[in-house]
Amino acid sequence: MSALSTFLLRRRGGAGWHWTDVLAYVWLGIGLVLMFGPVLWLVVSSFKTPANLAEFPPTFRPLDAQVARVQGYDQPLPLFRVMLDDGSEKVLAQVRRVGIMAQMVDPQNPGAVIRVPIDKRIPVREIKLATENYAEPLQQFDFLRYFQNSVFVTIMATLITLVVNSMAAFALSKYEFKGRTAVLGIILATLMVPLSVIVVPLYLVVNSLNLFDTLWGVILPTVATPTGVFLLRQYMLTIPDELIDAARMDKASEWQIYWRIVLPLAAPALAVLAIFSVMWRWNDFLWPLIVLSRKEHYTLQVGLNAFSGELNVQWHYVLAMTVLSIVPVALIFLFLQRYITAGIANTGLK
Amino acid sequence: MSHLVLRQVAKEFGSVRVLHGIDLEVRDGEFVVFVGPSGCGKSTLLRTIAGLERASSGEIRLDDRLVNDVSAADRGLAMVFQSYALYPHMSVRQNLAFGLENSRMPRDEIDRRVMEAARMLLIEPLLSRKPRQLSGGQRQRVAIGRAIVRRPGIFLLDEPLSNLDAELRVVMRAELAALHKRLNATMIYVTHDQTEAMTLADRIVVLRDGRIEQIGTPLELYNNPANRFVAGFIGSPRMNFIEAEAVPVADGIGVQVNGKQQSLPHRDIALGSKIVIGVRPHSATVTSVDEGMIPLELTLVEQLGAETILHGRTDRGDIFTVSAPGQRRYAIGERIGVVLPAEALHVFDAEGMALPRG
Repeated sequence: MSALSTFLLRRRGGAGWHWTDVLAYVWLGIGLVLMFGPVLWLVVSSFKTPANLAEFPPTFRPLDAQVARVQGYDQPLPLFRVMLDDGSEKVLAQVRRVGIMAQMVDPQNPGAVIRVPIDKRIPVREIKLATENYAEPLQQFDFLRYFQNSVFVTIMATLITLVVNSMAAFALSKYEFKGRTAVLGIILATLMVPLSVIVVPLYLVVNSLNLFDTLWGVILPTVATPTGVFLLRQYMLTIPDELIDAARMDKASEWQIYWRIVLPLAAPALAVLAIFSVMWRWNDFLWPLIVLSRKEHYTLQVGLNAFSGELNVQWHYVLAMTVLSIVPVALIFLFLQRYITAGIANTGLK
Repeated sequence: MSHLVLRQVAKEFGSVRVLHGIDLEVRDGEFVVFVGPSGCGKSTLLRTIAGLERASSGEIRLDDRLVNDVSAADRGLAMVFQSYALYPHMSVRQNLAFGLENSRMPRDEIDRRVMEAARMLLIEPLLSRKPRQLSGGQRQRVAIGRAIVRRPGIFLLDEPLSNLDAELRVVMRAELAALHKRLNATMIYVTHDQTEAMTLADRIVVLRDGRIEQIGTPLELYNNPANRFVAGFIGSPRMNFIEAEAVPVADGIGVQVNGKQQSLPHRDIALGSKIVIGVRPHSATVTSVDEGMIPLELTLVEQLGAETILHGRTDRGDIFTVSAPGQRRYAIGERIGVVLPAEALHVFDAEGMALPRG
C-alpha cells in the first residue's frame, strides 16, 4: 500500500510539491480519462440491459429494475418505491399504468389495488450485470466462428506480412541494384493511396483469382504493407554490412544470410511490425466486409456489424462483443508493451 | 595454405578507380602485411582477394586456379573483420560453428574443430556466452577462432587489432605472430599502423592511392625505401626530410646546409639538381650548435626513459626530430646541433624516388 502511494505521489526531486508536479499530475489525469474513459464506459455499458442503455440521462452503473412475482399475476411485476399520501414509504409492484396514474399492489397483500400518481414513485433498481449480453450471442449467433475467422486472418496475414516485408526490406537495405531507390520510392508512394481508392480494382483482382468470399481473399491483398517494408528496411540499415560479409565468408547462402543472420537481428523491428499488423488485421472492417458474403466466413468486425439492423441496433450485443473483440489486442499489448515501446523507439517510427 | 597471385588487378567504384593494376604474389605460409594511409585501397584489395568485391579487371589466382568469378564462399579463405563481425545473436560456439555447418560438415567434426580452436585461443570457458558478454580481447580471439576452424587457404585480417587498447594490442600482436608460426598459415594482414606491419610481416606491401609503392621485408623497407613516401611511412618517429641542392663538395658531390658541406655517397646525383635528404631520427646525433650541421630550436621534448625524442625547428622553419639516447635534460627553446652521418642518409630526387647508394 505504501509502495503504491509513494508510486502515485512521486514527485520531482525534493519533498515539496513543485508547480510542475501539479501540472504533470493534472496532465496525466486528463490523459488517463481521455484514454481509459471510453474503454471503461464501453466495458461497463456492455453489462447493461437494453432498457438501461436506452435511458436518458444515462447511468454509469449497470442498473436493472427489480421485479417481483405477485400472486394472481402471470408476469413478474416491476417494483417501485412509493411515497404514500400519509407520508410513509413503501415498496409496491406496478400492475399497469393508466395516464399519469399507476395501479399498484403490495406484494405482501396482493388483494388491494392502490392508485399512485406516477411522479410519486421511483423504480427500485439494483446493480446487475447483464451477462446474457455475452452469453446469448455466444450461443445463438455464430460468434465463436467469427472469432476463429478473425484469429485465422490475423495470424496468417501477420505471418505472411512479416516474411514478405522482411524479404523486401532485406533486398532494399542490403543489396545494391539499379533502381533501388526508385523501387523504395514507389513502395513508399503507395502509402498515399487509401484503400477506398483501390477498392474496386482490388475487388476485381480478388474476384478473378476466385478468392471472393474466402478468408484468403481477405488476407492476401493486405500482406504487402509499405509501412512494414519501410520500418524493416530502416532497421536493417543499422545491421552492419560486415556481418553479412562475414556470413558470406562463412559459406552462408543468401537465403541463410536472410534467415539466420538478418531476420534474428531484425527481431525488435519485426516485433513492432507484428504488433501493428495484428492490430490492423484484427480491426479491419471495410475490406472483409467487401470480400466476405457468407455468414460463416465473417470476421469479428463484420459479424459485429450484423447486430446493426436497418431499423434497430442491438447495442447490448454490439457492446458486449466489442469488448470481447478488443480483449485479444489488449492482451497482446499488455504482454508486449516493453517490446513495443523499445521497438518503436529503436525504429524511429511513431 | 594457399598460394596467391594477383596480376594487374584493378577495381573501380563507378568512375572512381581505387586500385590501379596491382601485381602481387603471396607464397605459401607467408605473412604479408598491406600497409598504407587510410583510403589507400588496402582494405578494398583485401576484400577483392576475399571475393567480397569483384575485381574490375586483372587476374586473381589461388593455387593456379583463376578465381575472379568464384564467390567468396567458395574461395576457401577466411576473414577477420575490423569490427570482428561476430553474430550478436549466437553464442561463441555457434559463431565458431556457423561456417562449418554451412559446409555441411558432420556434427562431431564441427565439435572437434570448435573445441580445438577454443583450446588454442583459450576461449573454452566462453563458448556458451554471447558476443556482447565478452571483452574486446575475447571478441578478437573469437573472431580469429572463427577463421581458424575453417582451416582456410589464406587468413585475411582487416585491421583486426585497431579496436583494442594499446596494451592488449601488443599482446594480441605477439599471439598472432605465434599463431602464424603454429598454423604455418598464409596470412594477409591489413593495417595502417606501420609498427604492426614491421613486427608481424614477412613482407610488407606499402600502398598509396591504389598503387603498390614498394614490396619488401620490413628491414628492406626501413633501410632502402624506394621513395620518399615509403621512407616517411615506415619507421617511427618519422624520417626527417631536408630540401637541398646538389653541389660539388671536397670529396665528390654533396649538399651545403647552413654553410656546412656534407658529402653524399650516392650515385646518379645530377649537379645542381634539387634533391631531398632523408635522415631517420635515430640516425642523427645530437651535439652542440657549433658542431652540428643543422641547428635546431627545441619545441618539444619527449622523455621516454630509454631515449629522449627532441622535436625542433630549423632556421628555415622545417620541423626536425632527433633521438638522443638515455635521459638528458633539455629545455624548450634551447638550441642544439644535429650531425648527419653520411652513411645513414637517404637521398631522393625531385620526383621523390630514392637514389641508390654508391
